[in-house]
Amino acid sequence: MNTEAIGMNVSKADSTLVTRKPVSRLGSVIFGGVSTSFAVLALALLAGIIVALTVAAWPAIQAFGPGFLTSPDWNPPAEKFGALIPVYGTLVSSIIALVIAVPVSFGIALFLTELSPLWLRRPLGTAIELLAAVPSIVFGMWGLLVFAPIFGQYIQPLLRATLGELPLVGALFSGPSLGIGLLCAGVILAVMIIPYIASVMRDVFEVTPAMLKESAYGLGCTTWEVMWRVVLPYTKNGVIGGVMLGLGRALGETMAVTFVIGNTNFLNSASLFAPGNSITSALANEFAEAEPGLHTASLMELGLILFVITLIVLILSKLLLLRLSANEGR
Amino acid sequence: MDLLARRKLTNKVALSLSLAAMAFGLFWLAWILSTVIQLGIDGLSLSLFTEMTPPPGAESGGLLNAIVGSLILVGLGTLIGTPVGILAGIYLAEYGRYTWLGRVTRFVNDLLLSAPSIVIGLFVYAVIVATTGKFSAWSGVVALALLVLPIVIRTTENMLALVPGSLREAAYALGAPKHIVITRVTLRAARSGVVTGVLLAVARIAGETAPLLFTALSNQFWSVDLNEPMANLPVTIFKFAMSPFEDWQRLAWAGVLLITLGVLGLNIIARVLFRAEKLH
Amino acid sequence: MQQAIHPNQGVISGPAQIAFRNFNFYYGQFLALKNINFEIEKQKVTAFIGPSGCGKSTLLRTINRMYDLYPNQRAEGEILLNSQNLLDPKVDVTTLRARVGMVFQKPTPFPMSIFDNIAFGVSLHENLSRAELEERVEWALVKAALWGEVKDKLNQSGMSLSGGQQQRLCIARGIAVKPEVLLLDEPTSALDPISTSRIEELVIELKNDFTIVIVTHNMQQAARISDYTAYMYLGELVEYGVTDEIFLRPKKKETEDYITGRFG
Repeated sequence: MNTEAIGMNVSKADSTLVTRKPVSRLGSVIFGGVSTSFAVLALALLAGIIVALTVAAWPAIQAFGPGFLTSPDWNPPAEKFGALIPVYGTLVSSIIALVIAVPVSFGIALFLTELSPLWLRRPLGTAIELLAAVPSIVFGMWGLLVFAPIFGQYIQPLLRATLGELPLVGALFSGPSLGIGLLCAGVILAVMIIPYIASVMRDVFEVTPAMLKESAYGLGCTTWEVMWRVVLPYTKNGVIGGVMLGLGRALGETMAVTFVIGNTNFLNSASLFAPGNSITSALANEFAEAEPGLHTASLMELGLILFVITLIVLILSKLLLLRLSANEGR
Repeated sequence: MDLLARRKLTNKVALSLSLAAMAFGLFWLAWILSTVIQLGIDGLSLSLFTEMTPPPGAESGGLLNAIVGSLILVGLGTLIGTPVGILAGIYLAEYGRYTWLGRVTRFVNDLLLSAPSIVIGLFVYAVIVATTGKFSAWSGVVALALLVLPIVIRTTENMLALVPGSLREAAYALGAPKHIVITRVTLRAARSGVVTGVLLAVARIAGETAPLLFTALSNQFWSVDLNEPMANLPVTIFKFAMSPFEDWQRLAWAGVLLITLGVLGLNIIARVLFRAEKLH
Repeated sequence: MQQAIHPNQGVISGPAQIAFRNFNFYYGQFLALKNINFEIEKQKVTAFIGPSGCGKSTLLRTINRMYDLYPNQRAEGEILLNSQNLLDPKVDVTTLRARVGMVFQKPTPFPMSIFDNIAFGVSLHENLSRAELEERVEWALVKAALWGEVKDKLNQSGMSLSGGQQQRLCIARGIAVKPEVLLLDEPTSALDPISTSRIEELVIELKNDFTIVIVTHNMQQAARISDYTAYMYLGELVEYGVTDEIFLRPKKKETEDYITGRFG
């Protein structure tokens, strides 16, 4: 700054005469309008997806009616389509994923909130979150070329020799060890959703009031008893919400499943070792090459079914998590 | 065994299982990363970055067209999705926080955040590919932009909500109109968080395959025409990894290594950036 | 000295007088301020005191219509700024806030340089050349007794300053716009004693140029720096007058109890 100029003009800065310009409202109006319309756009996207998929699936909905859901036929040359096998594959692989992922995630969350030394918490938490960042195509390729052969050679025979001998559940663990199949897809899905469930669990465990935990410890409870009998009941909604979030991810996961589920539209055994198909793998494999007409429309209907199922699961998840935070506010 | 001893034993067993669960989680990360690095490095070579994707059995080949295609698709998708997402996030935090429209939009956005990406691919197919009659890079860009959108909306809203109300009031107290308060004060205060969100969104779409399968498709040749199918890393990896050809699989491993390093790198940068700013 | 609250060309800005007439204020259904009637003198420091929750901050925040930001808050009656009712819906709040500046409890530097912190408000309301803007920034920093400490680092972030410096930066930012009134909402409650006394000295110096209204929970502070004091309790103005009178010879029993520390 030029000192001479300042000396000359200090009196001007000091003067009480100010020339104010009107502050225009136009900028605010435009800015607010654009922001609002973009938010509405996000809102419209959901409706748009449902409408667009329904319209595209309409020929199939008309041709097969509700029987689409219960028919196991998937025969493009004969133009006969039913969703039973892919829906079964999607549900079964997701359930397997939950059975494995929920207890493991709980263990991880327990470790991160109660057991881990403080200095290890952040790096370990970050490592688990990085697992969620690994792209699904990486899981898929690794699953097909690295995990599935080992799984078929060592783990599946082991399961057949142990769980396979049990009554009732034995049938689930029978048949040839191919590596790829429903069970393999479920295991890989489990690894993929563990980070999601574990971080929600960790977050809700951390918001449990310290006083509640301290009073339980004050009664002589062990760490496990505090977690299992105090923290878990207190955060029940949040925990279930986290599990549903993981389920939503598992249902819609595409690439990892497509690589390892086996991609077959026949299913003639109850065994989880058998190859199958899921909604997402059917779409990934067939859609780009599907004939226009009933085949494309049927795949669109599969997509619509998937979207509706995941929406229901996610809405339940959100509502449970919202209820937890509402309780907290009280 | 008396009651106390049994309770202590249960506690010990449970805590050991918890430790085992933590090890289980880390085991997968370590296994996947080590395989990807090991097999990926085998496939690394200069030709990866200088040659096009080869036909099966060719002497040599690289991933140049796929790498460039991915950069174009991800870049344009981010460029389109980010401003829309930031403005919509601003609406949620600064205009619609207590309105029904704001509440509904926030809820719906959270659903979109976890919606299957393959469904976004189907949607873009139905709306763009089916109506224009051809697969195109543009439709892939739109699909990726739609995936960026909910992530950026969510982080922008969260980060703006963390800006103290007193800072907003101080700006209003000087007679600043709302758009000036937002763009020059609150958004600036939330800057590092918003950038973090964008980086995470880029990381997310960089590895996305499913929404590109029926939009940008892929292309064996060099093409930067947005009206034509465009090669990209994820779909190329999918095709090559599923194939029985060993040279294709080697290229796929190299591609997987590139994507994994890129995505994890972006995640780590985003975290470091955000933490550095918070400590400031 | 008469000035419309609508934007004007070349107005003379000088300390203004404020008057409350039959003023009520609501948070939703709750009547938070009841029938307030009094006048704030120009070129004086007026302090609002009272126990927390008495409405002293609420009253302060009506003078620049800060409550407009919140949908459930509502005022009725009149607040006259140089005899113009600022509650009139036709009044443009952005211009009003250029005339009535405010400093908050905690320092609120914007995430920008020291220079830009002060230029921010000025360039909203006035079209100044770069040189004029630089003069104005210097003028405000000199007035706020901060110039000497920051003149060599105007490009550094405002957040890099100490708490007391940040608060003086906020005062400089407020006066740079050349308001007629300066509102201070417990401006020293987050500061150490040394920073507090610097701000108090500053307030006394600034009263020649601005009408100053300060909310404080610290009675000694009110006694040290204010010319007039208003004691508020449960949303009502209990007693108002010359500070020495209020502190030495309060007319009401409640005021005396509060001031002598028997209550509150």
